[in-house]
Amino acid sequence: MATEAAHGADMAEHAVEGGLSFHPMDQFMIKPLFGAGDVGMFTITNVTLWMFICILAIIGVMVLGTSRRAIIPSRSQSVAELAYGFIYKMVEDVTGKDGLKYFPYIMTLFMFIVFSNFLGLIPMSFTTTSHIAVTWVLALCVFLGVTILGFVKNGVHFLGLFWVTSAPLALRPILAVIEIISYFVRPVSHSIRLAGNVMAGHAVMKVFAGFAALAVVSPVSIVAITAIYGLEVLVAFIQAYVFTILTCVYLKDALHPAH
Amino acid sequence: MAVEPITEEMAGVCVDAHGSAIGMPQLCGEWIPNQIFWLIITLVVIFFVLSRIALPRIASVLAERQGTITNDISAAEELKRQAKDAEAAYEKALADARTEAQAIAQKTRDEIKAKLDAATVEADAKIAEKSAESEKVLAGIRASAVESVEAVAKETAEAIVAALGTSADQAAIDAAVANRMKG
Repeated sequence: MATEAAHGADMAEHAVEGGLSFHPMDQFMIKPLFGAGDVGMFTITNVTLWMFICILAIIGVMVLGTSRRAIIPSRSQSVAELAYGFIYKMVEDVTGKDGLKYFPYIMTLFMFIVFSNFLGLIPMSFTTTSHIAVTWVLALCVFLGVTILGFVKNGVHFLGLFWVTSAPLALRPILAVIEIISYFVRPVSHSIRLAGNVMAGHAVMKVFAGFAALAVVSPVSIVAITAIYGLEVLVAFIQAYVFTILTCVYLKDALHPAH
Repeated sequence: MAVEPITEEMAGVCVDAHGSAIGMPQLCGEWIPNQIFWLIITLVVIFFVLSRIALPRIASVLAERQGTITNDISAAEELKRQAKDAEAAYEKALADARTEAQAIAQKTRDEIKAKLDAATVEADAKIAEKSAESEKVLAGIRASAVESVEAVAKETAEAIVAALGTSADQAAIDAAVANRMKG
């Protein structure tokens, strides 16, 4: 994914001289909203703007949409209830009843990711979840939270997660090494999967958009953009779903470390 | 992205002299702290909005709806039970009425039959009386008729005997007539 994108960027530089201008990665740039200058830690940037819009959207659906508390729900209340039921059932099915007290945390993750992904699909918008810095923090929160929770709940028994008792004794040390590696790779795959998918889709759309400047290929390019956009709508939801269900699976490992 | 004036100030660690990104913006270290800071604020805000307002509200709405549905179902079941009871009561009343009607009909029939029987007996008695009376009258008539026939026969015999120019005593004629009439 990363090499592809880098390749795209290289191609962009070559293309500038040829008349076509490819800047597929420029959409991911962080810019200060007010004035120019360096982006410090507390600078108000397009990241701030789109995260703020994300908060507003979530409040709009989950708080304002449900404000009438209707027994027969309105459309927005149905959406909120659907999202609630979807994640609630997922947490219950994957982690069991005792995982339900972590439901608000998982709901927070899901709502943030799904809204960011969809807001990112608005043309000219900025996609916060396309940045590894963002997804890495999300994945790290899950990883640290789950690991600490595992040790708090199960003590040393949590290490049983790495000691596969159903395997022959001779194999267990080898399996333990593999299990430990896979455990520590979790946050990496967890974060790069989301950011990579979102970023790749957006970059591909930008590349196709660049080709639209050539009159000969512009119809093909526009059809391709439409198709990719449809795919991205799917990806936006599926990646949020995948991130959330993996969080649930990791949580289940922490609550019930025995295989 | 947008066409911006190319200035030297824009160039930095992550941006080239044309205002475009150098490599992947995702990997530019200068932009990372900013995102992490705003992300954490966003997550905290979303978490509080959801856990304090949205989720309890939706949970209560769902519970309320579940309660309403359960209540409605039990109310419907109660009504259904009542309807069944009413139907059973109606059926029972209908059956009772039918039995009663049959009893009344039977009673009426019996009464009529008793009256009829009495009337028949009375009529029979009257008829028997009448026929006995008639018999008596008939017997009287018949007896008088025989007497008349006997008298006529005797007179006729006397007359015939006289016409023949002989006289016979009354007693012989009577005996002969009586003798013939027996035969």
